[in-house]
Amino acid sequence: MELFRKTNIDFLGKKWIFIGLSLVLTAAGFVSWIAKGGLKYGIDFTGGANITVKFAGPPPVDKIRSVISAKIPGEISVQEISGQNEVVIGTGLKTDEELQNARRIMGETLNANFADQSGKLDFNNTSAQTLSERLRDPFAAAGISMSDQEIGDLAKALTEYRDKERSGLLTNLNELSGAPGVTPAILTVVKNECSLARFAIRGAEVVGPKIGGELRTKAILATLYALGGMLVYIAFRFEWIYGLAAVVATFHDVLITLGLFSLFGKEISLNVVAALLTLVGYSMNDTIVVFDRIRETVKQGRRGEFEAVVNESVNRTLSRTVLTSGLTFISAIALLIFGGQVLHGFSFALVCGIVVGTYSSIFVASPILIFWRNFAEKRRKKAGPAAA
Amino acid sequence: MSKVPKWKAIVIIATILICLYGIIGLPKSKQELAANWNHNIRLGLDLRGGSLLVLQIQLQDAFKADAIASIERMKELMSKNSIPGEPMLGYEPKSLQDADKVEILIKGVPADNAKTFRGIVSDEFGAWVMAPVGPSDYRMTMKPTEAGNLKKETLTRSISTIENRINSLGLSEATVQERQGSGADAEILVSLPGTDDPDRIKSILKTAALLELYEVKSGPFKSEVEALASFNGVRPLGTKLMPSMKRADAQDAGWYVVTSAPVITGRDLRDARASQDEMGKAETNFVISQDAKGRFGRFTEANIGNRLAIALDGQIKMAPRINARIEDNGVIEGVGTQQDAQDLAIMLRSGSLPAGVKYLQESTVGPSLGADSIRSGLLSGLVGLVVVIFIMLIYYARSGINATVALLLNAIILIGVLAYVGAVLTLPGIAGIILLIGMAVDSNVLIFERIREEIRAGKVLFAAIDAGFSKAFLTIIDTHVTTVVSCAFLFMFGTPAVRGFAVTLVIGLVANVFTSVFVSRYLFDLEYSGANPSLSIGIEV
Repeated sequence: MELFRKTNIDFLGKKWIFIGLSLVLTAAGFVSWIAKGGLKYGIDFTGGANITVKFAGPPPVDKIRSVISAKIPGEISVQEISGQNEVVIGTGLKTDEELQNARRIMGETLNANFADQSGKLDFNNTSAQTLSERLRDPFAAAGISMSDQEIGDLAKALTEYRDKERSGLLTNLNELSGAPGVTPAILTVVKNECSLARFAIRGAEVVGPKIGGELRTKAILATLYALGGMLVYIAFRFEWIYGLAAVVATFHDVLITLGLFSLFGKEISLNVVAALLTLVGYSMNDTIVVFDRIRETVKQGRRGEFEAVVNESVNRTLSRTVLTSGLTFISAIALLIFGGQVLHGFSFALVCGIVVGTYSSIFVASPILIFWRNFAEKRRKKAGPAAA
Repeated sequence: MSKVPKWKAIVIIATILICLYGIIGLPKSKQELAANWNHNIRLGLDLRGGSLLVLQIQLQDAFKADAIASIERMKELMSKNSIPGEPMLGYEPKSLQDADKVEILIKGVPADNAKTFRGIVSDEFGAWVMAPVGPSDYRMTMKPTEAGNLKKETLTRSISTIENRINSLGLSEATVQERQGSGADAEILVSLPGTDDPDRIKSILKTAALLELYEVKSGPFKSEVEALASFNGVRPLGTKLMPSMKRADAQDAGWYVVTSAPVITGRDLRDARASQDEMGKAETNFVISQDAKGRFGRFTEANIGNRLAIALDGQIKMAPRINARIEDNGVIEGVGTQQDAQDLAIMLRSGSLPAGVKYLQESTVGPSLGADSIRSGLLSGLVGLVVVIFIMLIYYARSGINATVALLLNAIILIGVLAYVGAVLTLPGIAGIILLIGMAVDSNVLIFERIREEIRAGKVLFAAIDAGFSKAFLTIIDTHVTTVVSCAFLFMFGTPAVRGFAVTLVIGLVANVFTSVFVSRYLFDLEYSGANPSLSIGIEV
């Protein structure tokens, strides 16, 4: 199969349209960036506390907000994760002690409002160890003879069943009959001793202000140093202007992606930073492939305008560009669709990045080379007669 | 036609076998296979669930404690030598940064006693520097070297105490280490893979668990004021006031006057266990070490009929009367539930923390969230991979098989090396793998497109393959080295998450050069070395 045979599309002739488009996109990102008062950072960068809670049905967002706001000072955010029956409850309090307290109080308040208060053990939010201790005596009383070790293993099997097969939340204790090692007698005791809250806390994140600031600085510095390192390497392998052009193009991609994050109101978390790094790598890779071809065409001694050389190189690599980008794009889309909540921000950055990264190699990095070449040529022509 | 060298096949097969061995070992059964896989492929906390804690040791507590102990000793020595004057805390450090600025102030030392006083200070308080701040007042500050030692010692002791506690909890995979890095100050990183009860562990790690047994001089009093009034506002030398727990069932609640130095401390313990009293209430038993046994025996014998205060973290838990000589054991009642009693036993066994603990970060991923991430990550990875392979097979026909083999082999090498170096796979690591798949696909596409170009240019098959590989090779090297350079910087300056990304990516890039250039070339040569060479790369040849 073959998509492109001998194409001769005048990409660089239309460079101004695309450069304009880039500028508009970057500007749009900046405007939204400023309008919204900066990017929306996740708590790993700003400091704060949040817990992720899964509910048995659609989460009662308003009630959650009101009961928790009553207990914790400051603003409480309750963000619903659509289609998952999950909410992220967060606070941006400022000191380490306040944050630790807030995290504890969030759990306690949920428990007081959405769990059975009969004194039974809440199976949805218990650990294997607590469960085994709770069951030991009732088992003995019910005539189920099991060693402490066996009870511990059973408790582990039950919580594992809850976590792996039921995503951490049971709505009826009878569901446990599907867990390994559960007999009707055991199930009866478990039902006597345990209740089920209508929620399960699935994760918690508390980042103190000190660590938050540190993570932010480190992430930014690491990215900038990495870009600098690449610039030097490309400058060494090609010419310095190639290095500069590649870095400008990559930086352009990062800016536009961040702008899109701002436009869509998405949060920048540590995982998104990993995605941005992936994007940097991808965009750089794409640019180098095009540059490599330009260098090769120049070496072959092809005559004519530099722009024509660049255009020919872009056309020659077009089939590769489309195929590679297309395949990577498909992987990223798969991640966006099937990757779930945790990977969402990540895959979103990747999808944007692949599109922008491919585009920028042709329409940002290559024009910079042309501009520089034309500029240098003009200067030489000017300097030429003067010297003569 | 040229023969394909055998050594290439040997290198490729050996690499596959070595990597497979690193991943699954030599399993004899299905269970063993699963066990080996789980053992060799280590997942990070974000994927398997668990907690990551960053604790900061409040070193100022240790400095304050050191100063207070010095003040007590100073008081004793001054009264022994009949030197008037009042040593007190001159500056109490409030934060970690000013911990070593702690000061002792001694007021009202008459000029006549100055020489003896100076003698005592230089003989007994070598860790401190004294300077006069007036005709009869002096200020003592800690020597910088001593302050440095105290910091180091406090941190080391805190780490070992926390390690002991974690080990006692049976968390075998947990790690405790000092957090390194420019911004880190007296910070400890605790990683608890697979734990499902972070709240309990957090409170166990935070509690100082300083056990002290005091001789009760008088009490209980209803309030601090009442206690002071009992000796007309002047507290006798060598005593201090201590509050007791406010418990509903405690008749001995209130304030006690106790000796300032404890008879027994947590360091004198040999063991501690949870148990139940006759009423089935939880309590914690402790056993005193061989060394302290005699001292405690003599003390209890001499104080039969008096009260003994059992204090935990500066609060009296109970103050029973001594009925007989006690040698080596005691009990702490009213500790809460059975699990609380067990936790207290763990804390007593592992020793007390020399300074307070503040949590700077907690990151807990519940086991169910981790399981979901793995499931959705695997699903999306598989879908992506299947589609990519499918398209490559259609587009490049039989040569697509070579690319697929190279891609899969790349994955095996990457996972194998990760297993060998004991790297941990995290979400950012998966990001690295995704970029890697992209670059691996790209390498193959680059090569194939180049071969097609050469064929179109009219080259014969072998020459086309040769030219395709050697021309694409230059590009591949450039893209890969650039990425490795950036990874080196990410590794040097990045956060742990970013480092995971960089390590995974570099391993994969090296593997990719091997698979897409060396292995793929070998496959081409192999296909081309037969009697009737034909090339299938998706275009008319």
